[in-house]
Order: sequence, then C-alpha cells, then structure tokens
Amino acid sequence: MGVRVQEGDFDLAAELADFGRGAGGIVTFTGIVRNNDAGNLQCMEIEHYPAMTQRAIEDIANEARSRWDLCDLLIIHRYGRLAPGARIMAVATASAHRADAFAAAEFLMDYLKSRAPFWKKEVTSDSAEWVAARDADEKALKRW
Amino acid sequence: MIDVVYFAWVRERIGLPREQVETNATTVAELIDELSAREERYALAFSDRGAIRAAVDQTLVDLDAPLKGAREVAFFPPMTGG
Repeated sequence: MGVRVQEGDFDLAAELADFGRGAGGIVTFTGIVRNNDAGNLQCMEIEHYPAMTQRAIEDIANEARSRWDLCDLLIIHRYGRLAPGARIMAVATASAHRADAFAAAEFLMDYLKSRAPFWKKEVTSDSAEWVAARDADEKALKRW
Repeated sequence: MIDVVYFAWVRERIGLPREQVETNATTVAELIDELSAREERYALAFSDRGAIRAAVDQTLVDLDAPLKGAREVAFFPPMTGG
C-alpha cells in the first residue's frame, strides 16, 4: 500500500511493476488535466494543505481496505502547476476478484474528489478562477 | 493562541495564508464570528458559511465542533481533488 503526494510527474507503468503480486486483477485510474471548453487553459494550479493531505488520503485508503478485500492499493496525487494533458493523480487497486478492485477504485476516486484537501484553480489566457465543487460530487459520496 | 490557516479563495480574500489568533471562541463557528467582526475582508471571506469547510488539527470537522485544546484551525472552500 502506498500513498504519495508530490509535485513531480509519475510513471504509472513503473509504479505497477511490483504492484499487487498474487492478485487476481488490478484496476487503475489516471486523472489528466483536460482543456476547458474554450480551449484556452494555460494550466491548472493545485493547492493543498501539506500538514493534512497525506493523512487524509491514508484515512480514505484505510477505509477502502476495511470495506473491500484488497491485496494492494496505490494513490498518487500531484500538486502545483499542471499543463493540459498532464497527469494529476492515479489510483490502483489490486484484489483477488475484479468486483472489489473496481468498487474500491471508484470509492477512492469519489472520496479523493471531495475529502482530500486539494483545491484547483483554472488559469486561462484571460482569467484565473477557482474550480467550484459540484453538488454531484458530494452526492456521489452518499452511495457508499 | 491558536494557528489559523487559510486555503484557496478563503486565503485570497483574507490576504494571508496563516496567522496566530488570540481567541475566546469555544467552537469553530464562534471563531468565524470573531474573525468576521474584525475587518471587512474576513466578513467577506466568511459571508457564505455554507461554502466554508474547516479542519481542527488537520481533521475535517463541522462548524459547530469544539475548539478546546486545538492548536491549528484551517478554513477553506469545499475540496476539489481527484
């Protein structure tokens, strides 16, 4: 199990080389900075709460491990200035059976979105706006 | 004295990332009341309580949470990770 909060990029293939030995399946999700509808995104600035981030994510990871039968779990989340196309974060879950791996990965994504202390600011050629949390993101937590 | 830290637009509206505050507040909400009474920039930052999230000693709490023994209180908007 690993939780990493970092500014630099990551290589998911390398990260997974020794991941989930003995598992029946591995599910991965990679979040990527996508351009806005106007196509003028310069970068996404991701702020976080350094004293809290690591532990908040570990708590979410431990909750996933208590709910599903996971033999391995990896969460990487970046902060700082990220250009369109850059990897923001990744989640990987390994389990004997795919249902647990898929469900745990979705749970982790839902909780990272609304309960990990990150804030995104969209910087375009003519503005800089904080990304607002969506009601749908908060509602997504209720299904768990 | 407690450390109060701000993030994202709460930090921008108040104009600083961190400060030490002498307070008699017994809950997070009372601390918001005290800060809001200080200056307009605080009142503006905290004007929509429904858009404010708080953590006491790096743990998310409701705004009615007690402050007893707290060393660091953080205020920020709803999180947008992932």
